[in-house]
Amino acid sequence: MTLQAFLQVLASGLLMGLLYALIAVGLSLIFGLMDVVNFAHGEFLMVAMYATFGLWLATSLDPVVLMPAVTALMFVLGALAYFGVVRFAMRARTNVGMVQIFATFGLAVLIQGLAQFFFSPDYRSIPKSWLGGKTLDIAGVFLPLPQVFGGLISLLAFAGLYLLMDRTDFGKALEATREDQGAVALVGIDRNRVFALGWGLGVALVGLAGVVLAIFYYIHPHVGGPFALIAYVVVALGGFGSVFGALAAGLIVGVIEALAATVLPPAMKSIAVYLLYLGVVFVRPSGLFGRL
Amino acid sequence: MTHRQLQLVLLSGVVIALAILPRVITDVYMLNVLVLTLMYAALSQSWNILGGYCGQISLGHALYFGVGAYATSVFYASFGITPWLGALAGGVISMLLALGLGYPCFRLKGHYFSIATIVIAEIGLLLVHNWDAVGGALGIQWPIGPDSWVTLQFARDKAPYVYLALGLFVITWLVTYWIEDSRWGFWWRAVKDNPEAAESLGVEVFRSKMAAAALSAFFTALGGGFYAAFVSYIDPESVMTFRFSLLFALPAVLGGIGTLWGPLVGAAVLIPLTEITRSYMGGSGNGLDLIIYGALIMIISLAKPEGILSLFHRNAKPDARP
Repeated sequence: MTLQAFLQVLASGLLMGLLYALIAVGLSLIFGLMDVVNFAHGEFLMVAMYATFGLWLATSLDPVVLMPAVTALMFVLGALAYFGVVRFAMRARTNVGMVQIFATFGLAVLIQGLAQFFFSPDYRSIPKSWLGGKTLDIAGVFLPLPQVFGGLISLLAFAGLYLLMDRTDFGKALEATREDQGAVALVGIDRNRVFALGWGLGVALVGLAGVVLAIFYYIHPHVGGPFALIAYVVVALGGFGSVFGALAAGLIVGVIEALAATVLPPAMKSIAVYLLYLGVVFVRPSGLFGRL
Repeated sequence: MTHRQLQLVLLSGVVIALAILPRVITDVYMLNVLVLTLMYAALSQSWNILGGYCGQISLGHALYFGVGAYATSVFYASFGITPWLGALAGGVISMLLALGLGYPCFRLKGHYFSIATIVIAEIGLLLVHNWDAVGGALGIQWPIGPDSWVTLQFARDKAPYVYLALGLFVITWLVTYWIEDSRWGFWWRAVKDNPEAAESLGVEVFRSKMAAAALSAFFTALGGGFYAAFVSYIDPESVMTFRFSLLFALPAVLGGIGTLWGPLVGAAVLIPLTEITRSYMGGSGNGLDLIIYGALIMIISLAKPEGILSLFHRNAKPDARP
């Protein structure tokens, strides 16, 4: 492989990795906050893609312009999912883990059904947008503009998340609730409110990724599954609950996948990512940056 | 009569009732639903050994199901070996596979373990997909032959499949029944409830998990072999996807995880509802069947976290976990 080709693969991998990290960070945030693995995460991504598509169809505004609206919508959806489903799953006295898995899995199937009901199982796409189909040429390395935009959004989101967690009262409440759910009630923090905001935030983050994906990817009711699987691997690889572990792991997964695609048939490239996950957790059972 | 004897009597009653059903129901569609219900009950019973009793939540059992289905199909379609032996071979291969995979995987805990099982099953799916010797993406079509108990092909009468699925369910039930009261059963529950405490009391935690995985994989593969014979055509997507792994866990969870009757009760509620909504509403592709199916899973798991069975155990202690 020439240096040029290597840089091309590396750049594509890093851009896709930033997007994977953005998809995964919401999952990681929610897990860190309340030990819930959300099996409907891929479906939230899919909803954000359809929301972008639907709003684009209705208003013919560019997806970039629609981003704030879709993100806000996803925030509300996340909070609703908490109040409508997850809150009850957490009340279970026995086999809490399984109840969470299957309550959120049921939600995922329900959302898929709704998407099929309203949009049909057909593949949709946004054929024309400001960024779609355009590439950036940096010294012979071609970078598709939608992915560059996605990478920037991802970096901004992580920076914002860092400020939020580190500098605001809400961030402190998140951290405190994560440490000790019982004790926060004593200092007047409403646990339900923090959880709902955490879910809103987590789902809004995957919503950002959904808008970016809608620009350059096909939209259909089952689009979430493969991305969700990568997100689980990213979150576990980085270490459950570690927000910045998700960023690092996302980048690693993106690059490994891009490198694997140069030697393996396209359908097999995920195998490299899966083997990487197994290799890491067999040596470090709590992922790269996990606290166990 | 002791509680355990009562269970056996209950099983006899259920078996007699289910054995009579194919004489009463002649509708092929309803018989199909019955076969699938019993098959998923057996598969969920197998999953329950590892997931329910030993507490190791595997979401990758589609791997063992696929190995069973593929071993049976390859042996029959390529070499003409009876599915009885093919399924047994698949079971043994799966068992060895489970032991080999369990060795590194059982060091992992909680979600790290579950995700490892998902990922391993996905690797299996991708490998089979690209493995031309077993048909690759096209899969394997069983040669058409006359109805026979040797080849397990019954084109006209579906009743034999009901008996086969029922037989598989009874075997997995009896194994579970026997284990519940054996040393392994007590070890598994100890491993599930508190592995550290179990270890300090002399329970061999690692060996317990390995034994549960081997047994669970063996019977899951038998189920795969049965399914291949039943549908006579398999491809990677129809036996090895993540959806199957969830479908094996789901009846046990909905019925009552780690209980003797949970998988059957869960399957009896879930499978007919799924199949009937799918055939009455799924055809149009408008997603109504998915909406009902999803809502159902959500509602049952939220309303009855201990499973449907807990409705009948007013005084039973729920299995307490910290």
